Amino acid sequence: MTLLDFARGPALQAALMIFALGVVWRAVGAVLIQRTTDFSQPRRGTAERVAGGLRTTWSRFFVSEALEKRIHFQHIAGALWHLGFFIVLLLFVPHILFFESLLGFGWPGLPNPVILVVAAITLATLLAVLIRRMTNPVSRIISTTDDYISWIVTALPLVTGIMAGAHLGLRYETMLALHLLSVALLLVWFPFGKLMHLFLIWPARYNVGALFARRGVRI
Amino acid sequence: MTEPLTLGESLRRQGVSRRGFLGFCAATASLMALPPAMVPRIAEALERAKRPSVIWMSFQECTGCLESLTRSHTPSVEGLIFDYISLDYQETLQAAAGTAAEQAREEAMKANWGNYLLIVDGSIPTAEDGLYSTIGGVTNLQSLQDAAEGAAAIIAVGSCAAFGGLPMADPNPTGAVAVSDLIHDRPVVNVSGCPPIPTVIAGVLAQFLTFGTLPELDPLGRPKTFFANTIHDRCYRRPFYERGQFAESFDDEGAKNGWCLYKLGCKGPVTYNACATVKWNAGTSFPIQAGHGCIGCSEPNFWDAGGFYRALPQGTMTSVGAIGAAAAAGAVIGAGAAILARGKQKQTAETEQ
Repeated sequence: MTLLDFARGPALQAALMIFALGVVWRAVGAVLIQRTTDFSQPRRGTAERVAGGLRTTWSRFFVSEALEKRIHFQHIAGALWHLGFFIVLLLFVPHILFFESLLGFGWPGLPNPVILVVAAITLATLLAVLIRRMTNPVSRIISTTDDYISWIVTALPLVTGIMAGAHLGLRYETMLALHLLSVALLLVWFPFGKLMHLFLIWPARYNVGALFARRGVRI
Repeated sequence: MTEPLTLGESLRRQGVSRRGFLGFCAATASLMALPPAMVPRIAEALERAKRPSVIWMSFQECTGCLESLTRSHTPSVEGLIFDYISLDYQETLQAAAGTAAEQAREEAMKANWGNYLLIVDGSIPTAEDGLYSTIGGVTNLQSLQDAAEGAAAIIAVGSCAAFGGLPMADPNPTGAVAVSDLIHDRPVVNVSGCPPIPTVIAGVLAQFLTFGTLPELDPLGRPKTFFANTIHDRCYRRPFYERGQFAESFDDEGAKNGWCLYKLGCKGPVTYNACATVKWNAGTSFPIQAGHGCIGCSEPNFWDAGGFYRALPQGTMTSVGAIGAAAAAGAVIGAGAAILARGKQKQTAETEQ
């Protein structure tokens, strides 16, 4: 079995299983965990609480003017990084084919040169946020090992993907295998680190919004 | 025993003109990726070269490799090359059969001990001490070991000899292995492909004849001259890949427009061979040009690499159901963890009260 065969087969299979197990484990645990009972009289009805939850899920994408000046860099870099990552992840044709093999359907992709440019910008942004994390005193203090591991396992697929796509470094099939293995590593780490925010951020935002709506506060 | 003819003499006897000969030398230089300045040196070396003895042994194979070589365009550089070597044993081509053929092989080996080229096509079964394939009562395993001992070099022709090929595919009931799995004390050149391109073996032989050396090899023992680039690198459909224009089926508009076959399982991006440049049938075409994706036949384990029509990024995962089962297990663990946490919270609350 070649390295590529291993990466395309057993490695990806095992990683996806661990990913599915971990994500569902943490999601179900978070949903079912006991919450403190709010004994106050609700100021809004159920419909308004739901609307409040949904509104906050969306409104959290935007930063208040008061905060914007202080977190301008994080706001722009964060948006750029996430947007770039999802463009590369979801609109690169080989990626679409991978999702198609799992989901049974695909969608149109973007030309490769476009993806390559977006990936390069995304990687540069990722490097910029790491530099800031390591140089800004506050960010450095509040950063944990989880942050750095999450950064590494996120950056590796981008680096190996760009190298494979641009035919840089090792032979293509080796780079492709390393890319798939780095994706496997990302999948394995994902549920157990901060990357899990991809799934947890939505119910968390909703809960905050619904809670505030219950108390008659609109955010 | 008469003195063997030099290649130059042999050519002249066959009526090959000087112009034709130099054309052949230029083609040889091109095959070996040598600069044009090397053509006179090649011509000079070939003029003086003696026809080397070649023993061709066929084991677990389908004769496709030989068919490829013999049915190449005629007259051809490949045909000329075969006029320049002394093919002393080849079961399919030789007139002799049975014990006479084996005797001819033994005599040729004895007369050229240490100097002959051994060409092997087909894998070698090793299970049950190699009993799955025998010739004249001798196992392929034994025949190879005997013949390899007196060979100057071995050329493993075709993916079966080079990497085990089809006979080695899962579950490999005969314990088939490649030549290089068994022979470690002789240089082995892998000319892989199912079948290999005739020009490629001609190029390897030309180099051996011209310089008395074997070509520089890639990590899988293949001549770099022919296996340095992937099919994808040199594919004329590559621009369609870059632009994201793909055939979705073999008879859609994309296929008719000659768009990239990546989505239809083409293994060109991970297959090293010269099909896209040297091509087949006198340089007429190659599989992708004929409308079918590359199946990766010159790579190890190509038969077990997940299916010819499965696109490369789709992986070769055995079960999507297993992922669902893992998710279900995750739900059980998550629920269990939540129940335990609730119990602990309740206990803490009661203690505090």
